Amino acid sequence: MKLLVIEDDREAAAYLVKGLSESGYVVDHAPDGRDGLFLGTSNQYDAMIIDRMLPCMDGLKVISALRAAEVRTPVLILSALGAVDDRVKGLRAGGDDYLVKPFAFSELLARIEALLRRAAPSTATTRLKVDELEIDLLARAVHRAGQSIELLPREFRLLEYLMRHAGQVVTRTMLLEHVWDYHFDPQTNVIDVHISRLRQKIDRGFSHALLRTVRGAGYMLRGREHGA
Amino acid sequence: MTPVRLLRTNAFRIAALYLALFAASMLALLAFIYVSTADYIERQTEETVDQEISALREEFQRGELPLLRHAIAQRSVGPLRSDQTLYLLTDPNLVPIEGNLSKWPNAQSVRPGWISFPLDVEVKGVTEVHQARAAVIDLSVAGRLGHYHLLVGRDLKDANLFRSSMVQTLAWASVLTLALGVVGGLFLTRNMLRRVDAVNRTSERIMRGDFSQRVPLSGSRDEFDQLATNLNAMLDQIERLMSGMRQVTDNIAHDLRTPLSRLRARLELALLEKPDAARYGEALRQSIAEADTLLVTFNALLSIAEAEAGTRREMLGAIDLEETARSVAELYEPVADEKGLALIAALDPRVRVRGDRHLLSQAIANLLDNALKYTPEGSVTLTVRAAEGWAYVEVTDTGPGVPAEQREAVFDRFYRLEGSRSTPGNGLGLSLVRAVARMHGGSVRMEDGRPGTARPGLKVTLAIPAIETAERPAQVPHPAPLGTS
Repeated sequence: MKLLVIEDDREAAAYLVKGLSESGYVVDHAPDGRDGLFLGTSNQYDAMIIDRMLPCMDGLKVISALRAAEVRTPVLILSALGAVDDRVKGLRAGGDDYLVKPFAFSELLARIEALLRRAAPSTATTRLKVDELEIDLLARAVHRAGQSIELLPREFRLLEYLMRHAGQVVTRTMLLEHVWDYHFDPQTNVIDVHISRLRQKIDRGFSHALLRTVRGAGYMLRGREHGA
Repeated sequence: MTPVRLLRTNAFRIAALYLALFAASMLALLAFIYVSTADYIERQTEETVDQEISALREEFQRGELPLLRHAIAQRSVGPLRSDQTLYLLTDPNLVPIEGNLSKWPNAQSVRPGWISFPLDVEVKGVTEVHQARAAVIDLSVAGRLGHYHLLVGRDLKDANLFRSSMVQTLAWASVLTLALGVVGGLFLTRNMLRRVDAVNRTSERIMRGDFSQRVPLSGSRDEFDQLATNLNAMLDQIERLMSGMRQVTDNIAHDLRTPLSRLRARLELALLEKPDAARYGEALRQSIAEADTLLVTFNALLSIAEAEAGTRREMLGAIDLEETARSVAELYEPVADEKGLALIAALDPRVRVRGDRHLLSQAIANLLDNALKYTPEGSVTLTVRAAEGWAYVEVTDTGPGVPAEQREAVFDRFYRLEGSRSTPGNGLGLSLVRAVARMHGGSVRMEDGRPGTARPGLKVTLAIPAIETAERPAQVPHPAPLGTS
């Protein structure tokens, strides 16, 4: 998997390149918008991480130019501007996800994985399956080992999101953004409570727990075939 | 104010234009008065003369020349005066027969009609030349060849005197009026300029940094006062925003400094100790947790500042308050459940407001968060209702409540009640609620949840203007536990 990082801050760039390389990605780095656009249009990448404020050429302009040049690679925007309007502007310019600085590296990694998964060709699925847990998106029904599980609508959406990202870490912020469409941090850790409720419904009575907590990062829904 | 500057002003140009128009119309009016008065006086003279002529003609017809002579003689007794009618009767050769003129005035004009001529009049021993105007008619006397000539006229001195005095009066009137116009125009211009200058002076002082300056009002409630009032309101708003921003920066500096120095101390301390991977790891983890707390506080302060600045007000769209509240309630329902509290939602489905969904969600979340955090047992009720153009979001709990004298202070940034300092929280939740309420043109207030009981609890009400819907809310639905409704 090959990634392009366009980031002007030297230290931040080094941190990103090192972290991503250690996570098994091949990383190219461009220090400004012009170089970034050149690399982005001349090479094939699986995903790009673009800082919003760049010398020579603004990050949003780089994304617009890439999209105009028919480059459909998923893009994660990094920005110090975190207001809802700023996110909307970023996503409108052609970004696929938006992460506000400063961020935890685990958050960035989880989002990159989600972007790569989204880019993978997927037929319009109506069923998702992890081990013996199966959900039917049309009938909105959930089964585990032939046993029917009753979920509230919000729990269903939570499970659906986790299943779509099975085998990947999803962070609390990602869940708040995608399942609830909230962009603020609730003071109480409400997400944990929702997860533990869902866990009770899908994992109780089974020897293998599918929904795991990843310390310091978030959660992961993982089947046996995803490896130990 | 220099005269040159005065000439360059718009106000002066307008005043000068009005003055010119005014002068032109005044001159036209005076000219009309003069012409019609002069015409009237002339007609008066001619009428008098005509009457005399017809009277004399009558005498002539009754008794020919002798009777006419007699009549003229009678009328022209005494020395010639300016108010007297002039008479002269001559034979066909212009030899005077009777009358108060000694000779025919102008030999060329003997034809019947009107003539004007100079007239010598003796006034107090001095001979004056007056203008005179007369009518001439011919009379045919039986048995004589040719026509006798009769002249009847008036000395025009009095009429001319009157005319010239009228011209003089009108001229003076014009001069006086124009002078008044100039003075008035200058006065008005100056007056207007003075008030514009007051605005300019105030803005200059403000630009130099004295923000307490305001544009003075004249108290006349005219356009200038309206302008000044609006400018002052704008300045108040700017000052409020500025002091809000200043307060935010002060608070950020104050409240981030403590955790930042704690973070720094922890890292320094770890470095001082003997190198030990496990201890380093623990110190780093704690430092990251500390940094995360800092970021949460920082974000909360920024949200408050954003709501207080009201920068997004123009982008507010219509939102369904019931749906917004339900979504937040669903988020918190498991939290309540885990704590053994009942979260009850009574949401009127027809309440719509113009607002920012994200900030309103966050405000409601903060209210629920607080209520759930501080209520040891019982219930938390979330109500959405509308009444008289206002939408109300109420969160009522059965907790310990807030003492009446601290119900204002808890909305201040970083304020925390004595008993709550051990509970996690940054003291910014209610500040955000208040900022969001104000941003939406509303307010937030606190009261007892169940007044009069031993444990009154707390009711926080967020009130913002509702969008009028054609269909009035019939009735607030019965409170029902979430999930089953």
